[in-house]
Amino acid sequence: MEIFLQQIINGLVQGSVYALVALGYTMVYGILGLINFAHGEVVMMGAMVSLSALSLMAGLPPLVSLPLSLLLAVAFCMLLGYGIERIAYRPLRHAPRLAPLITAIGVSIVLQNLAMLIWGRDYHSFPQLFANHAHRMAGAIINDIQLAIVVAAFLMMAGLMLVVHRTRLGRAMRAVAENQHAAQLMGVDVNRVVSVTFMMGSALAAVAGVMVSANYGLAHYYMGFLLGLKAFTAAVLGGIGNLRGAMLGGLLLGLIESLGAGYIGDITGGFMGSQYQDVFAFLVLIAVLIFRPSGLLGERLAERA
Amino acid sequence: MRYVPLLLATLLLAACGKSATDQPSDSLTVRIGAAAPLTGPQAHLGKDNENGTRMAIEDANAKGISIGGKKVHFELVSEDDQADPKTATIVAQKLVDDNVSGVIGHLNSGTTIPAAKIYSDNGIPQISPSATAVAYTHQGFRTAFRVMANDAQQGHALGVYAAKNLGARRIAVIDDRTAYGQGLADEFIKAVTALGAEVVSHEYTSDKSVDFTAVLTAVKAKQPDLLFYGGMDAQGGPMARQIKALALNVRFMMGDGGRTPEFIRLAGDAAKDVYGSLPGVPLEKMSGGAEFAKRYESEFKQPIQLYAPYCYDAVNVMIAAMQKAGSTDPAKYLPALAAISHDGITARIQFDGNGDLKGGAVTLYQVQQGQWQPLETIGGQ
Repeated sequence: MEIFLQQIINGLVQGSVYALVALGYTMVYGILGLINFAHGEVVMMGAMVSLSALSLMAGLPPLVSLPLSLLLAVAFCMLLGYGIERIAYRPLRHAPRLAPLITAIGVSIVLQNLAMLIWGRDYHSFPQLFANHAHRMAGAIINDIQLAIVVAAFLMMAGLMLVVHRTRLGRAMRAVAENQHAAQLMGVDVNRVVSVTFMMGSALAAVAGVMVSANYGLAHYYMGFLLGLKAFTAAVLGGIGNLRGAMLGGLLLGLIESLGAGYIGDITGGFMGSQYQDVFAFLVLIAVLIFRPSGLLGERLAERA
Repeated sequence: MRYVPLLLATLLLAACGKSATDQPSDSLTVRIGAAAPLTGPQAHLGKDNENGTRMAIEDANAKGISIGGKKVHFELVSEDDQADPKTATIVAQKLVDDNVSGVIGHLNSGTTIPAAKIYSDNGIPQISPSATAVAYTHQGFRTAFRVMANDAQQGHALGVYAAKNLGARRIAVIDDRTAYGQGLADEFIKAVTALGAEVVSHEYTSDKSVDFTAVLTAVKAKQPDLLFYGGMDAQGGPMARQIKALALNVRFMMGDGGRTPEFIRLAGDAAKDVYGSLPGVPLEKMSGGAEFAKRYESEFKQPIQLYAPYCYDAVNVMIAAMQKAGSTDPAKYLPALAAISHDGITARIQFDGNGDLKGGAVTLYQVQQGQWQPLETIGGQ
């Protein structure tokens, strides 16, 4: 029982990480119908910038340096997100859909190599600034950073929902998502809305990057790639373009992975082992897409973003 | 972003500076290929290999070596195989097309094994400085050599140490499903079961993962007293941390892929008391090892990760064979390479019929006071 509970916690934490990143994917897709494959690299940049900022502020107390480095990372990533959209996506907004997909992959490769030039090929260990207390719940263990990740994922989703459904900006976003031309005719500044969307998504990516690095204790120029891929899967699973869907998809993917890895060997009597962890996750994805092509919470005319 | 042109310009200048200075016109240019992952999660190890190879080539050029009456200038052709078996074969073909006289590489067993066929088909001698999987030299290729002990020797040494010296009875194994990780784990399991220990759990991960909580929790359910990981440092470091975070009370052991300074940095506090192994004798005990480490650090501004000395030796063995044969033609110097006896930094290098190192030693280490401390060396001359 305690092992089962521990696997649930493992899955929830991992799933929250996926969800944090998936929210960024889903926002951009909701507005533009574009899959921003560079999003994983923005996560990585956030982690790297906060790491550099932390090492510059090594003398300051952690209560000052940690929030400050997080803020710096967020600011940097917002600028980066704005820049990416301006350079790689805006000129292609009316081009065939394949073109921005290719520039997205291009941006992702450029950012990866840029990070490699700046920070090198080494793994960087993320400093442990606070005592990371472990909490025991019925034999299972969860520590402070892991708790923070789960809480942050839910808070971010709630915050985004508020923005999208309760503010003027959110109304403009929904209008652009529904019909760009009509929104423009109604006086919505489409360029501004798209820029703001990218900046918000990138800010989330920065937070995700810092949390992931703090949790695993490492940062590396390559860390965004696999994370981005998994988060994209989570977004599709939940219904891409839908904020609650990203959250649900992320949590579900995390749970499937950890329970799959933990029990697949016992269930199949050793015939299949934890090497099928990813296969299991993608099987579920395929099954969902066959029966619900637009994802679990995706609807054809859904409230996108 | 505005630093990009500056960076590129610096790189270009650096490249120009190099090629402009060492290119005497009357010399014969011999190309030596090197292949290792220079991007991706194992880029730090790949760069380490490239650095070791580069050092040997620069040294040879500084010495001014003549082969068959001609002054020879060696040129390094370094390729990035991304630790990916598919890319490795493309890179191997590219090196062949570039007319290299020999290849130092690849880094991983998974890349070295498929690439070996391409070198063999084209008659180009290949010396791997770090691919330890048994299969590499057992494909029947005359061109495949390695300069360190293989995984049969390493896995055996680790297994014996775990079951006999540490007295482990209930053993859990995780491997990363690469040719190296899987091969080493299999040899380890053979050794421990032969000594009467029980493998209570065998779990799997990948060489790109960072989260191991699920498999570690599954391992915890089986209550082992020792956990062996067949894989690299980039996974081993976070894994050690997560073992500690999950309060999994086991002794943790890895092979050479985990026995790096990088592992200690990544694992932090959790690195304490972890066991590792490395083919060969400890660097401090190699003849000229300490001096090599000092030169390496002053040239590349970083410590040796793992196999740089082996790369250095691999190049020198290749050049020694060329000198003995009086030719840089692969077909002519290959027999000389197979019969070579060369005193390198890492060991006296002689090959057996398969191309494996004769009498390869394996050393066991443990992290004590934030350093890998040698415990015991098994085998060797």
